[in-house]
Amino acid sequence: MALIRDLAARATARLIAGFARLVTGVYGDWRGCQPALDQRVYFANHTSHGDFVLIWTVLSARARRQTRPVAAADYWNVPGLRRFIGAHVFRALLIDRRAGGGSAIAAMTDALAQSDSLIIFPEGTRNTGDTPLLPLRAGIHHLALAWPGVEFVPVWIDNISRVMPKGELLPVPLLCSVIFGQPISATPDEPREAFLQRAREALLRLKPGEGAA
Amino acid sequence: MTNLTDRQWLLDHSTPVLFAGLGVVLLLATAIGRALAWVHGNTPTIDNLNQRIDAWWFMVAAMGVAFIFGLTGLAILFAILSFWALREFLTLTPTRHADHSSLLLLFFIGLPVQYLLVWQQWYGLYSVFLPVYGFLVLAIAATLRGDTADFLQRVSFVQWGMMICIYFPSHVPALVTLPLASGRAADGLLLIAFLVIVVQGSDVLQYVFGKLFGRHPVSPRLSPSKTWEGLVGGIASATLLGTALWWITPFSMPAAAGMAFVICVTGFFGGLVLSAIKRDRGVKDWGRMIRGHGGILDRLDSVIFAAPVFLHLTRYWYTV
Repeated sequence: MALIRDLAARATARLIAGFARLVTGVYGDWRGCQPALDQRVYFANHTSHGDFVLIWTVLSARARRQTRPVAAADYWNVPGLRRFIGAHVFRALLIDRRAGGGSAIAAMTDALAQSDSLIIFPEGTRNTGDTPLLPLRAGIHHLALAWPGVEFVPVWIDNISRVMPKGELLPVPLLCSVIFGQPISATPDEPREAFLQRAREALLRLKPGEGAA
Repeated sequence: MTNLTDRQWLLDHSTPVLFAGLGVVLLLATAIGRALAWVHGNTPTIDNLNQRIDAWWFMVAAMGVAFIFGLTGLAILFAILSFWALREFLTLTPTRHADHSSLLLLFFIGLPVQYLLVWQQWYGLYSVFLPVYGFLVLAIAATLRGDTADFLQRVSFVQWGMMICIYFPSHVPALVTLPLASGRAADGLLLIAFLVIVVQGSDVLQYVFGKLFGRHPVSPRLSPSKTWEGLVGGIASATLLGTALWWITPFSMPAAAGMAFVICVTGFFGGLVLSAIKRDRGVKDWGRMIRGHGGILDRLDSVIFAAPVFLHLTRYWYTV
């Protein structure tokens, strides 16, 4: 049974990645680091439900199996296909949004202790407005301080909000790209605000049409 | 054998002969490219040259497969090319949320219906469907959501995408549907071969002459790689190439030279106009679809301008 479920999960993974490529033509632009199996925390801008699928699609099949997206439990922990995909295809790290930030950090710490990589969205919520990036939450600073050996890779997801704007039924097949920047790390003597500012700038630098190309 | 029977044999087998010829040219190019890499090492220019040549094998093979299936194959091939071109074009244009329905209309109705009309050989409708009805519908669709910010700019972007990426490329398969005075069915297919070989030959020869002799840029701000030496050498030699292919066309030899010249010049300006749009959008290539060439639009830019002009000139003088 477990074997069948595992095979089904792998087949579904390929199907989802193939579909994402077909609709969005997504490609990974490894600008500041190379694809690797090192333990990493990918932190990205968040504008759509499809965000972590795109990051996950451009990772190699092996990297995917050790990389867990951090997602909301109330969305993914619903019986049926969604739970199967959440738990077995993406192996999502489900966070109970009502339980507060502390338990979320604890869950991520557990996952990192098992040498998994993570995909996180430090804005904390989907950005549906006109500003390119919301203020980052403090959680990423806690993680970066606690795990100095893990690479924190900034990731900019471009165009997905145009493919499927909020409230639309059908996607427009525009091209999306996932741009990986240079990893950053935290030091104990750096104030939290300074680190968050640095993380924010690392993300915005990757945004096409801004900063150094 | 007399010249007459020679020509008859060539005409009966012109498509295989053409593709065999292209195969020989590509083999030569591949050999030269690899030899350059062996002698000079893999400099970026030589790497890019070899990537371009390798991509040409795929592009010629795709055309070959489409030719086997005639109008249907070509309509499908160019519909796919249009789809890729349109997504490249619209990805680089600053549309807003309010343009979502315009984009959906273009991708899911405008594009398939246009190619369906070409496939139906309905000249009276495929030649006005997008420029008349498409133009109006896109303008109307843009007003429906009440967003007036950058209105004219946004509508124009989408309308340009429609013309550049769907309407003009659809004229390539439409060449098959022309009721040629010669009455031979294969002549329509060979018109496409003539157009594509001359326009792409002109691009390649401009590149070759530019790399070998290029000194004086035509328009440094638009496209630093286009030089007068490349332009004159490329267009002159591609016009000769087209003249040498007169036997596959319904044209006389001087007329074939004239047609080839018009194709080369319009093709050159197609490249220049699309370069201007790229500079305006701040990118070097339209995409990364074809290794070494950039995006689909980087390869299709000259065809886009040459195809409609070539179709209408041929239709005016050589159809019943």
